[in-house]
Amino acid sequence: MADMRVNLCGVELKNPVIAASGTFGYGMEYNEFYPVSRLGGISCKGTTLQERMGNPSPRIADTPAGILNSVGLQNPGVDAFLSTYLPWLRQQDTVVIANLAGHSVEEYCQMAERLDASDVDIVELNISCPNVKEGGVNFGTSCDMVSTVTSEVKKRCRKPLMVKLTPNVTSIGDIAAAAEAAGADCISLINTLTGMRIDIRTRRPILRNNTGGLSGPAVFPVAVRMVREVFKRVKVPVIGMGGISTWEDAAEMMIAGASAIQVGAANFRDPFAMVKIIEGLENFANEQKLSSITELTGTLMEWA
Amino acid sequence: MRYTQETCKILNISAIAPGVYNLILSAPRIAPAASAGQFVNIICDSYELRRPISICGFDAGLGILRLVFEVRGKGTAWLAQRQAGESLDLIGPLGHGFPLEDASKKAVLVGGGIGTPPLLPVAQFYGGNAAVITGFRSGNAAILQEDFQAAGARTVLCTDDGSAGFHGFTTQALEAYLKENRVDVVYTCGPKVMMKGVARLAAEAGAVCYVSMEERMGCGVGACLGCTCKTRDNNGEPHMTRVCLNGPVFLSTEVEFD
Repeated sequence: MADMRVNLCGVELKNPVIAASGTFGYGMEYNEFYPVSRLGGISCKGTTLQERMGNPSPRIADTPAGILNSVGLQNPGVDAFLSTYLPWLRQQDTVVIANLAGHSVEEYCQMAERLDASDVDIVELNISCPNVKEGGVNFGTSCDMVSTVTSEVKKRCRKPLMVKLTPNVTSIGDIAAAAEAAGADCISLINTLTGMRIDIRTRRPILRNNTGGLSGPAVFPVAVRMVREVFKRVKVPVIGMGGISTWEDAAEMMIAGASAIQVGAANFRDPFAMVKIIEGLENFANEQKLSSITELTGTLMEWA
Repeated sequence: MRYTQETCKILNISAIAPGVYNLILSAPRIAPAASAGQFVNIICDSYELRRPISICGFDAGLGILRLVFEVRGKGTAWLAQRQAGESLDLIGPLGHGFPLEDASKKAVLVGGGIGTPPLLPVAQFYGGNAAVITGFRSGNAAILQEDFQAAGARTVLCTDDGSAGFHGFTTQALEAYLKENRVDVVYTCGPKVMMKGVARLAAEAGAVCYVSMEERMGCGVGACLGCTCKTRDNNGEPHMTRVCLNGPVFLSTEVEFD
C-alpha cells in the first residue's frame, strides 16, 4: 500500500488533496456529506482584516466547462474566523490553512500577527483575488509587490507561508521566484483567470461585478502548464490547482510538479469529488507500485 | 450527514404548459427528508453548475419527488428532453423551506409564473384554509390550478393578457382579497417585483409574510457564497445572506428587494 502522506514545509498532510479557498467555506457544509477529516487539508475562505459584504448578486455564471465567479471576498473578518470557525475546524483532524487577503501590506501584516498566535497550520497569502477593487490581485502582478508583501508577512508570522499566485501575469515563473526569494515556504497556483460573460438581450454583463474569475475544467491545461513552469523555477513545494475534477487530473498535476493539489469548482458539481480523488490517487499509486504518493511529484519526462 | 447525493430514476416527465415540465422522480433517500419550499440541485448534462429546482411535491412513504420546472436556458432545455427510465444526479433536500404554522390559520399563497410550484405543499398543509393567487402571462401558461383545488384551496387565477381569470397582477388580486378576508400568514414565490408588492400588502394587513428568493447558484449548500441576497438583521445591519442555505425562504421583513 502506497503511503499517501505528504509533507509541506514541515506540516504533514494525510493525503495531498486540499479543499481550495473560497469553494469550501470553513468545511462545515461539506461535512454534511462526508467527514472532512478525510481530506489532506482545507484552505479556508479568504479572510480580510475587517468583515466584508462582498459583491452584489449575480455572483456566479456557468461557462463552457467552467464557472465564472465574483463573490468579492465576503467573509466575517479575521477575528471572527479565529473565534468562531477555527475552533470547529481544529476538531476535524485535517490540516487547516488560513487564506489571507489584504488591501495593503499593513493589513496583511496585521492579520499575519493574529495568525501567528493562532493554531492554524499554514498561512496562505492570497495576493491573487481578481474580484476586489483594490489589493488582491494587484499584489500578485508585480515581482516587487510580491516580494514586499511576502517578506513583511514572513517577519510577523512564524507559520509556514504559502503564497497563492494569480495566472493573470506575463511571467508566472518570475513571480514565483520573487515569492521564494522573499521567504515563501511553498507556492500555490493558479487562482482564477479574469473573464466576462454578457447577456446578449440586455447587453449587460451576467455578473453584477462585470468581470469575474474563471475556474473549472476549462482552466486545467493552463494550470498544468503554469505549475510546471513554477516547479522548474523554485525549490520550495508547489501546490497545484485550477480545474482539477478527477484523480487523473490530480495525478497529472502532481507529475507536472505539484507536491499537493487543491480542488475547488469540482466540489460544486460533485460534492464527493475530493473523496473520489483521494481514493483514485491511492489506487493509482498502488497500481504504479509507488511506495509513496510523493514519488509522482515532478516526474514529467518532457520531450527534448 | 444532512445532505444526500442520489441517482434518481425518472418515473415520468411531461409538458404541462409551453416550456414547463412536470418531472416525477424516484428519490427514496431525498423524498422522505424533504419539506415545503426546499429545493434540489441537479446535474444537467455537461454543464458545470447544477441547476436548482424547487420541490413541488414529495411522498415520503413512496420515496417520490415531484418537480415542476421551466426551460430557462441550455441546462433546463437538456433536462426537458429526458425520458422516463433515465436517471438524474440530485443533491438535496436543500435550503430552509416555508415554515408551516398552525393549519387552522388563514393562509394566502401568491405565486408568479414558475414561482408557483413550491407553494403546492404549503396549500396541501393548509387545505381549506388556504387561498392561492397565481399569475401567469396568459391562460395557456397557467399551471397547477387543479392541484391547488384538489388540496382544498380556493384559487384565484390572474393573467397578464386577460385570456383567463382575472385580467391583472397577483398583487391587485391580493389587495382585493385582503380587503374582504382576515389573513394570518402569506407565502409568496415569484418575480422580485411581485414579492416586494406582496410583502408590502401583507405588512399592511398585519400578516406574517414568507418570501422564497431566487438567485444564480453555485454549490447549493452554502459553501461558495455565489447566491447571496441582501438582508437586514433586527438592528438594521445589512448582510449578504446565502439563498441556498439560510433561504431560499426568508421573512419578508428581512429581505431587501431592490
